[in-house]
Amino acid sequence: MRSAGVAITAVMCGLVSVTHAASSQAPAGAAACSDCHPTSDQAGIPVPRLVGRNPADIVAAMQGFRSGQRQGTIMDRIAKGFSDEEIRAIADWLGAQR
Amino acid sequence: MARPAFAQNAAPSVVIIGGGFGGSTCARELRRLDSQLKVSLIESDRRYTACPSSNAVIAGLRDFEAQEFDYDALVHGGIDLHFATAIGVDSTARRITLSDGSTVSYDRLVLAPGIDIRWGALPGYTEQAADRMPHAWKAGSQTILLRRQLEAMKDGGLVVMSVPANPIRCPTAAYERASLIAYYLKTSKPKSKLIVLDAKDSFSMQRLFQAAWRELYPGLLEWLALSEDGRVASVEPETNTFVTDFDRHRADVANVIPPQQAGRIATLAGVADRTGWCPIDPVTFESRLQPSMHVIGDAATTGAMAKSAFAAHGQAKVCANAIVALLRGERPPSPKLINTCYSLVAPDYAISVAGVYAPVDGQLVDVEGAGGASPLEASADFRAREAAYAEAWFRTITRDVFG
Repeated sequence: MRSAGVAITAVMCGLVSVTHAASSQAPAGAAACSDCHPTSDQAGIPVPRLVGRNPADIVAAMQGFRSGQRQGTIMDRIAKGFSDEEIRAIADWLGAQR
Repeated sequence: MARPAFAQNAAPSVVIIGGGFGGSTCARELRRLDSQLKVSLIESDRRYTACPSSNAVIAGLRDFEAQEFDYDALVHGGIDLHFATAIGVDSTARRITLSDGSTVSYDRLVLAPGIDIRWGALPGYTEQAADRMPHAWKAGSQTILLRRQLEAMKDGGLVVMSVPANPIRCPTAAYERASLIAYYLKTSKPKSKLIVLDAKDSFSMQRLFQAAWRELYPGLLEWLALSEDGRVASVEPETNTFVTDFDRHRADVANVIPPQQAGRIATLAGVADRTGWCPIDPVTFESRLQPSMHVIGDAATTGAMAKSAFAAHGQAKVCANAIVALLRGERPPSPKLINTCYSLVAPDYAISVAGVYAPVDGQLVDVEGAGGASPLEASADFRAREAAYAEAWFRTITRDVFG
């Protein structure tokens, strides 16, 4: 029956979407990283790969850029756009990507 | 894991018009997020010619072939490619008409048509004029034409560029082009001159560009601001002449960067407003004028965020995430967007401007304290590293989009 089917689908949407959000949906800002950071190791690219990395390392790097403790050419200007919570979410998501 | 169906036995259909940085990224991201989605891409050309880095081709520093990409990876990724031009959109029937007579239906539509030149908006600059005074603001034959004209010019010749008021696609690119043409002239035709006629009094990374020009191209490159009679009122293509309020500049090589607007299909689909650009909701990139349609990339009006390939790529992923959420009946997450524009001033000297943006009261605004331009004082090594990152960016993004 159509309405029951829709209701079941809606429930499944809710269940499935939580899992999908955790694994596929990029947290705020994360989608742009892949412009410069290659998603696989590529010869001759001076920018490091981030996917699959230890999230704690990514958090440390971003916080270092943001405070000026770590030197970069552009990452300081970008890191300053993100809070600790946002950085953690981005790092966790990148770490979980393949 | 089982994925939800939109309706019984029917996977939702998302159609994207335009296969550039925005459209292609959106198509691939939609398939990555939900392989049940039927994703179609409508694109006029079987080959994409990238604009970023095309200034290096114009200056003779880069092969044209490095700018060309095909759609094989998109096809292999399960995207339905239609090589045709979209000539109409029926928003009630949710159906697009193509130049080959076929139609494509959609549940949600993403328009990523880039720009079209506003012919005649600058008096004298018609479509025919571009054969003599190239814009090269859409990469392809125009890029090659401008390069050939520079190659053919005598030493001691005059190159003139004109730059309009904003908004235009990639506002810093005009000054990158001026820099690299100056580099070409300095190294190959040192008796020549370059004049940049600007309809503006200031531009992005102005102090950085002008410091670099003073250092590298003294006496070769002259920039005339709006207040210095830099605004071009009309052009005369038969003689390559730029006419300003008080002066006339006759060029040996003339590059007109013309007034522009969102690609024509945006107007036909009803998503462009009186400005010629497309207002959108910055969380979902949904059109403010047409429900169930989204606009991304250069065609969209994006508040503080400038138009660039970098911006289009990020917007495409935010849009794809939002569409998947909307199709599941969920609220799309509030995004943050990043823009970065590298400008090559010389082969081993680049500068950059970055920005981080968030939606506030329905507009994309700068996140305070973030972004900005490269430092005004920096070592030659710093400038060289930025040049290396600029090259790396092009390789990485094009691999992400087309590879």
